[in-house]
Amino acid sequence: MTSASILLLIVFLTVLGLTVRPMGAWMAPLAEGRLGSGAFARFDNRLLRLLGVDGDAGMGWKQYTLALIVFNALGALLLYGMQRLQGGLPFNPQHLGAVSADSSFNTAVSFVANTNWQGYSGESTMSYLTQMMGLAVQNFLSAATGIAVAFALIRGFARRETADVGNFWADVTRITLYLLLPMSFVMALVLVSQGGLQNLSGYVSYTGFAGHAQSLAMGPVASQEAIKMIGTNGGGFFNANSAHPFENPTALTNFLQMLAIFIIPAGLCHVFGRLVKDTRQGWAILAVMTLIFVVCAIGVGVFEQQGNPLFGKLGIDQLASSLQAGGNMEGKEVRFGISASSLFAAVTTAASCGAVNAMHDSFTALGGMIPMWLMQLGEVIFGGVGSGLYGMLVLAVLAVFVAGLMVGRTPEYLGKKIEPYEMKMVALAILVTPTLVLLGTSVAVLMSAGQAGVANPGPHGFSEILYAFSSAANNNGSAFAGLSANTPFYNGMLATAMWFGRFAMIVPVMALAGGLAKKKILPTSSGTMPTHDALFVVLVIGTVLLVGALTYIPALALGPIVEHLGLWAGH
Amino acid sequence: MNTLTQTAATTPARSAILRPALTVLVTLTLVTGLAYPLATTVVAQLTMPNQANGSLIVDENGKVIGSALIGQAFDKPGEFWGRLSATGDKPYNGVNSGGSNLGPSNPALIKAVSARIDALKKADPGNTRPVPVDLVTASGSGLDPDISLAAAYYQVPRVARVRKISEAQVQALVDRTASRPLFGYFGEAKVNVLALNRALASLH
Repeated sequence: MTSASILLLIVFLTVLGLTVRPMGAWMAPLAEGRLGSGAFARFDNRLLRLLGVDGDAGMGWKQYTLALIVFNALGALLLYGMQRLQGGLPFNPQHLGAVSADSSFNTAVSFVANTNWQGYSGESTMSYLTQMMGLAVQNFLSAATGIAVAFALIRGFARRETADVGNFWADVTRITLYLLLPMSFVMALVLVSQGGLQNLSGYVSYTGFAGHAQSLAMGPVASQEAIKMIGTNGGGFFNANSAHPFENPTALTNFLQMLAIFIIPAGLCHVFGRLVKDTRQGWAILAVMTLIFVVCAIGVGVFEQQGNPLFGKLGIDQLASSLQAGGNMEGKEVRFGISASSLFAAVTTAASCGAVNAMHDSFTALGGMIPMWLMQLGEVIFGGVGSGLYGMLVLAVLAVFVAGLMVGRTPEYLGKKIEPYEMKMVALAILVTPTLVLLGTSVAVLMSAGQAGVANPGPHGFSEILYAFSSAANNNGSAFAGLSANTPFYNGMLATAMWFGRFAMIVPVMALAGGLAKKKILPTSSGTMPTHDALFVVLVIGTVLLVGALTYIPALALGPIVEHLGLWAGH
Repeated sequence: MNTLTQTAATTPARSAILRPALTVLVTLTLVTGLAYPLATTVVAQLTMPNQANGSLIVDENGKVIGSALIGQAFDKPGEFWGRLSATGDKPYNGVNSGGSNLGPSNPALIKAVSARIDALKKADPGNTRPVPVDLVTASGSGLDPDISLAAAYYQVPRVARVRKISEAQVQALVDRTASRPLFGYFGEAKVNVLALNRALASLH
């Protein structure tokens, strides 16, 4: 790694660290449902009443979950319909026709599940209306859904002896309007100022200075780009996603995009700490995330900077200097070089964003394995907005349980006794995604329809399939994009993985929230294990690694590890 | 400690779920799917029309000749060349962005890279220096407007020879067009290929 890469990482984490408290202060009142008594609260009250929602009426966990699933299913239906009918709808200057049934289904599930896996190429498939009123809407709503579940789980810890985990309708409305919308608006305008597109014109055609005819796709890009990052969605307006100069024009926008991905997941840790009335608890969780992230980010940077060993013989200069980034530049943009491309790759896969500013399929074997593994950890290293925190809290409960077993006493977390019911829900939540990833990969590898999609030969082809299912089931959405996934087989398989990876995880998490809310909060005694100190941080890191690493090492050995050994042996 | 609502949750009728689901979905769809992007478009068009419309470049006759942010397929020996582009049937296709997605061990990658090296050597047989990596690899977008400073310097002797001007003059032009990292760290040392070739053309 170059000194510029390390400095970029340090600056990034410092700026992120500075946002944690303000973001926590912004979001905590939304999580508490306390908006004060001023004009703002009156507006909120009137709005909710207009929508037919009683914001004060609490819901039990089952009702909350049911509302969430109905809301998301309706959203998926609407998005499916919009893609199928876009040919007859307005804001379609390119006269793009209906999207195929299987692709529409996949995309509808994908965006509702906060995955934004993209089997299609945006600029040649989706009308502006579909982009704005279909895809971008689910960028907001899926993000709000994830945050709402995190709020419910935090309330489970913070409240005592109640069935009430909050009101889903109030949560999703408030999160969308008071958090995501203003952030996105500001971000969109900053993106435009740097060169991000924001128009409704048809595509521009001209004879370029180079003498060739060139057409440029246009569209309302920046508004969608903003929520794509802030909501850890990752679905690009264009096929090339954040590598496209109109989505991510400069090093500054790239920095802001990385920051936007982590800003809510990091801030939510602080919300957690504030609501359980011990901010150290939130910092401990944030420390777990940050430590694993730093190691992985450095890893990607080191392997990408090392470059491709096969290039050495061809007389190619891959060394970093003041004149060039060097390293493995296949699939990367010059304005991002190795530093900002590797860091972006680590950020987007640690969080379940899945936007890419470089093509992960062309990363070095191990430089591409780390992003894949970050997804396989369950998207808990910052993770998706909301989903990262609830996923990590599930693992923290497991860590507390394991520690309890070691010393032979009833485990407690934040004064809540962890009993068989809670552990069942934790086990279910942890098992969902590995099952989907490993089963899905095996089925695809065994079937000719699955093998047909592979673009790169050898172990890399296996990595493409493993990456696809890791990405889908963990709701990331990035890809080893050589895989031809826009086929009925992959559209169906991956949509299944995305839907269950999202909602089969949310149900046990909500059950956990409901179970915890009903419990008393036990007073701290001398025998209580502290859950805010370094020992606990290490314990949770160990749990994350144990669950994530052991599950996937055999599969990773067959793909990237074999490829790496072959590459450096000169095969 | 807990002052939040303690009302026991009751199980309501089915309409108590469906009705708010529809009102909330429709309202938020209109706000985030229409009001938000349209308001952003209006503000962007009023305050930053150049950027919002693609940072297009027009020549002296007012004709569009490119975008400051999008690369073009320069391929003549007297021009600076950009990155390889894997945008489907033709390079730098602005309606089909994307990378090659070739893996590091894929023989097709070595083939594409070797073909570029051969083309560079053919255009400039005397140049025996190692080739900067960004000049032989495809970008992620296929529309990368930039090359590294090293890739520009590598091409200086060829461009100078073909254009019959001094290397020093071309070198100076590269340096003038280049942008360097902020404070020496933030960003990359790069040259916009379109801007460089335009500056080159205006030398005559």
